[in-house]
Amino acid sequence: MDRPMDLHYTDAQEAFRADARAWLSAHAPAPRSLPSLDTAVGFEAHRAWEGELAGDRWSVVSWPEEYGGRGVGILEWLVFEEEYWRAQAPLRVSQNGVFLLAPTMFEFGTDAQKARFLPPMASAEEIWCQGWSEPDAGSDLAGIRSRARRSDAEGGWVLSGQKTWASRGAFAEWCFGLFRTDPEAERHRGLTYFLIDMATPGVTVRPIPQIDGETGFAELFFEDVLVPDNLVLGDVGAGWNVAMATAGSERGLSLRSPARYSRSADRLVDLYAERLRIDPVRARRSADAVAHAWMCAEAYRLNTLWTATRVLDGGSVGPEASANKIHWSETDLAIHRAALSLLGPEAEFHGDGVDAPWLDGYLFALAGPIYAGTNEIQRNVVAERMLGLPRT
Amino acid sequence: MHFAFTDQQLEFRDAVRQVLAKECTPGDVRAAYDAPMARSPRWATLASLGVVGLAVPDAHGGLGLGLVDLVPLVEEAGRVVLPEPLVETAGLAAPLLADLEDATTDARVGPWLDALAAGHLTVAVAEPGHPGLPIAGAVGADLLLLVVDDGLDGPELHGVDAATVAVTPVPSLDPTRRLGIPAWTPSPETLLASGEQATGYLSATSDRAAVVVGAELLGLADAMIALASSYAKDRQQFGKPIGSFQAVKHLLAGAQVLLEFARPAVYGAAWALDAGSYDTSVAASVAKAYATEAAVEAARVALQVHGAIGYTWECDLHLQLKRTWAVAEAWGSATDHRARLLDALLADR
Repeated sequence: MDRPMDLHYTDAQEAFRADARAWLSAHAPAPRSLPSLDTAVGFEAHRAWEGELAGDRWSVVSWPEEYGGRGVGILEWLVFEEEYWRAQAPLRVSQNGVFLLAPTMFEFGTDAQKARFLPPMASAEEIWCQGWSEPDAGSDLAGIRSRARRSDAEGGWVLSGQKTWASRGAFAEWCFGLFRTDPEAERHRGLTYFLIDMATPGVTVRPIPQIDGETGFAELFFEDVLVPDNLVLGDVGAGWNVAMATAGSERGLSLRSPARYSRSADRLVDLYAERLRIDPVRARRSADAVAHAWMCAEAYRLNTLWTATRVLDGGSVGPEASANKIHWSETDLAIHRAALSLLGPEAEFHGDGVDAPWLDGYLFALAGPIYAGTNEIQRNVVAERMLGLPRT
Repeated sequence: MHFAFTDQQLEFRDAVRQVLAKECTPGDVRAAYDAPMARSPRWATLASLGVVGLAVPDAHGGLGLGLVDLVPLVEEAGRVVLPEPLVETAGLAAPLLADLEDATTDARVGPWLDALAAGHLTVAVAEPGHPGLPIAGAVGADLLLLVVDDGLDGPELHGVDAATVAVTPVPSLDPTRRLGIPAWTPSPETLLASGEQATGYLSATSDRAAVVVGAELLGLADAMIALASSYAKDRQQFGKPIGSFQAVKHLLAGAQVLLEFARPAVYGAAWALDAGSYDTSVAASVAKAYATEAAVEAARVALQVHGAIGYTWECDLHLQLKRTWAVAEAWGSATDHRARLLDALLADR
């Protein structure tokens, strides 16, 4: 443990970076050349890209080789992410599976589940959505009412109820969902985590157009949907704990790698330099906001390396994941707000033939403080579990 | 890649924390308000632990260590609002004099380093670019490191024995800052460095100051959040601790999130300056700007959570608030550093 502080990557890590960069520069599609992954056509285009990524084992580098990965560590994964974002490669249509479900499955899944689900997840042949929120249970997730009834005759569980805001839900093949299996138990107990084939009879999907008009999420209806016993992840009744592992990934290290924001922040400085030439008076009014946004992205990069080192040294990520989620969501907003203020009257331009990455990015960033548990819920977690304040 | 302190660094920090908890209580800081001094008995303790001479070479009685070693200790100094000039003497003067010793034949430098490590010499360091303004720690200092810059021939760095000049005190929000304006005349005898060499020393000192003051602000922010959280658990209104109300929780959580991200920014900058292999000016500016934002927000929140009691002289909070507000503006404000950061980023484009 008594290694001196060192923020250099090793030669081996730099060699890994060079391999990733070479592969991406030969294979990655031109920036923003694929249609939005929230359209049917774009979804398939992104799936095809991820298939190519997986073909050369670049889709899930940190997974064991038997499941399609390269068996590298978290630092190499961060290096890969830096290169992925540097190449401006497409958003990951498989992200709910790869970044959220997979870490949970490595922790709680049976060998049979891992062998069955991880390889097609890595290749994007099977894409996952998340079935957690319900119309009456959002921030209060433990208040979910969708039920699963045990059927010994059918050898499984019969699911009924309604889920909503399922990202990728309009097109996904599989869903990981939380259902109440014991209505008598205390609310956090009696929940079970299910892996659900969306093609099972009784599943109905109603796509929901998002603020940008595209169907990024969906409502899911379950009417007597039979899920066999071997598709329960973790123990029956232990769904809350399993779900909190997923939430930890969503808020903590795995969903949002720092490279995403470092790359946006660098593009923001490029935009500033460009606007400085066109309209220096106006650009300089946004100088402080630009520098602030860049600084937030840099602090995020450093904090991730700090946390990754702690994890590699045997530590864990607890309520810091909530602080992390607040920070990355606010950083994304700060970057895009600064960009729109630089663009001024041009910020609203959108439509035929006009590329509007900053506006699209801003609309996406607006969701950040809401999904993965609202930032208000995260502030409660920080206050109660990091500062020891009494529960509300 | 291993971004963590060593066990040894953390043990040193814990030892310093224990000593300061005993020797630098809020009562001690209040006593220093009434009679500020640079070399207190507490300073002798810090010198004997090796804290004061941490960056002084072994040959001069120091530990020969770097900023990564110093930063956790300065954080502890910030936590207790240490009245003595650890930032200036151990953080700025010691490495500057150590660099100078390698490059100069000035016979004064070696003995200064000896005396500094032994705890017999405190130093005030002028901020470049602020000619004529009061200098922190100048009242009661033994050595003044001063800057002359006529804007034509480049800056000059001078070392002035404080016993030979009159220093006019300037009252500060925080009396332990011991602000003063020295009446002095540059001479060949006081000159330590000029031209490019001086520019290099001053720029390195400004970067170090951003990081070391950043570390002090981390300690202050942590202490203010802790004090306010503790108060929020005790203070009852509407029959409940006020810390159970979301309006209060969210204030404190927001400050805590800023602090969480300020820490690695400061630690990473300390490493960057020690390693010299990274854009040190960018790293230093991110550190000072972020730590300042975090501490100023912690100060605002801590005062608000305390309510009226926080606005009194009786409550210890004001000791932390005043130090925070004073050093937030020292060695470049958050806004200054964001501007400096953006200039550095644009220089690459």
